[in-house]
Amino acid sequence: MAACTRRAREMMGLLRFLRNIPQTERFLSTSVMRHASDGPSKFIPPTKPVFTDKSQEEASVRRVLSPEFIPPRQRTDQIKFYIERKDMIQRRKVLQIPEFYVGSILAVTMTDPYASGNLNRFVGICTQRSGKGLGATFILRNVIDGQGVEICYELYSPRMRKIEVLKLEKRLDDNLMYLRDALPEYSTFDFDMQPVHYELTKDIPVNPLKVKMKPKPWSKRWERPKFDIKGIRFDLYLTPEQMEHAQKWGEPWREYDMLKEYDTSSLEKKILEEVDENLRK
Amino acid sequence: MALSLSGLILPKLMQQRAFSVSSAVSAIQKLTRVRVVDNSTLGNAHHHRPPKVIHVYNKNGVGKVGDRVLLAIKGQKKKAIIVGHKMPGARMTPRFDSNNVVLIEDNGNPTGTRIKAPLPTHLRKLEGEYSKLLAIAQRFV
Repeated sequence: MAACTRRAREMMGLLRFLRNIPQTERFLSTSVMRHASDGPSKFIPPTKPVFTDKSQEEASVRRVLSPEFIPPRQRTDQIKFYIERKDMIQRRKVLQIPEFYVGSILAVTMTDPYASGNLNRFVGICTQRSGKGLGATFILRNVIDGQGVEICYELYSPRMRKIEVLKLEKRLDDNLMYLRDALPEYSTFDFDMQPVHYELTKDIPVNPLKVKMKPKPWSKRWERPKFDIKGIRFDLYLTPEQMEHAQKWGEPWREYDMLKEYDTSSLEKKILEEVDENLRK
Repeated sequence: MALSLSGLILPKLMQQRAFSVSSAVSAIQKLTRVRVVDNSTLGNAHHHRPPKVIHVYNKNGVGKVGDRVLLAIKGQKKKAIIVGHKMPGARMTPRFDSNNVVLIEDNGNPTGTRIKAPLPTHLRKLEGEYSKLLAIAQRFV
C-alpha cells in the first residue's frame, strides 16, 4: 500500500512537470491533476489542441486558372470574352487540358489525316504560351534525328485529342525561345519518356537549369534587358564589358509606368469561380 | 501642337525600315541557302559554296513545303523539293530549324535512297506525284 501511494506521488510529480512545460500539442492529458489529493490546485486551462484535417488538405489541391482565360486589357466588349469562355469550358468538358507551364514536357496527340492511324503524337518542351481565349496556342520543341522541330498547337482546336504532361516543371524564364540557339541537347527529349510523378499539393518545381549556347550569331540578342533572360550562361560567351554594354537598351522606367499596370488578381478570382461553377454543371 | 506632334512622330518614322530585312519571314525564295537532307552524293559532297535556290516553280516565287525549286549545287543545276522550312507555316504543322530540301531528278524520282531528317506529314498531300520520295522517308512528324 505504501509503495502504491509512493508511486502515485511520483506520477503526480511527473504530471506537474508535464503541465509546466509549454505544450504545443496535446500529447498527454493532465486533467488528472484536478483529482489530486494534496489540496485544491490552481486551474490551468488545457492547451488548445491543433488538429490537421486530412480531408481539408485534399480539398485545397491547387486550383489554377489557365492563362488564356484572362482577357487582354483592351476596349473590346467583355461579352466577347464571356462567350469565348463559355466555349472554352464546353471544350474542356470533352478534352482534358491539364495544368502546364513553359518549361514543362508535354506529349500531344492530334488528329492528322495524313498520319498513319489518323493520329500524330509529338513530345517536346513547351517553349511559349500565347494567345487569349479560344485562339490560345503553345509551342512544343524537340530535336529529332538532329533536326530541331517545333510545332505550334492550338489549345482548343478540334483536332486536339490528348494532352499529357510528362514532367511538370517551370524554368527560370517565361519564354524559352532561346532554346533555338542553345545546344541541341537542351531540347532533345525521348518520345518514349515516362511521365514523372509530382505532388499535387506542392508548388511547381522550378528547374534552375542554365543552358549553353551555340556560337554567335544568335537569332536574337538575348543579353538585351528586353528579354530579361536568366536561363543562359552569358558568362561563357560575353565579356563583362559586353554585358554592361547590353544594359544600354534597358528601360528601367517601364516598371513605374502606371498606365501599363494590369492587376488581374481580382479578375482571376472571379473568372476562376465562374469556370469552376460551369465545369461542374 | 503640330510642331510637338511632328517632333513625336518623326523620330519614330526614321527608325522604321521601309523593307523587311528578316530572312526567316519569307519561306524559301531565290538565293535562299538550303540544306540537302537525303543521302545523295551530290547533296552531301563538300563544296565551298552552299546549295542555293535559283528558282521556285510556283506563281508567287515563295516556296513552301511541297514546292519544287531549282538549286545551284556544286556548279550544277538540280531540281529539288522543299520538305521543311524555318518560317512557321499553318498551326499544328511542324516548323524546322533549317530549310530542308530533297534532290529529285527531272521526272520526280528522288536522287538519294534515304532521307535523314523527319518530314512533315502534310507532305503526304502530294502522294500521287512524289510517292517514291515519301517511300524513302525515315520518319514523319
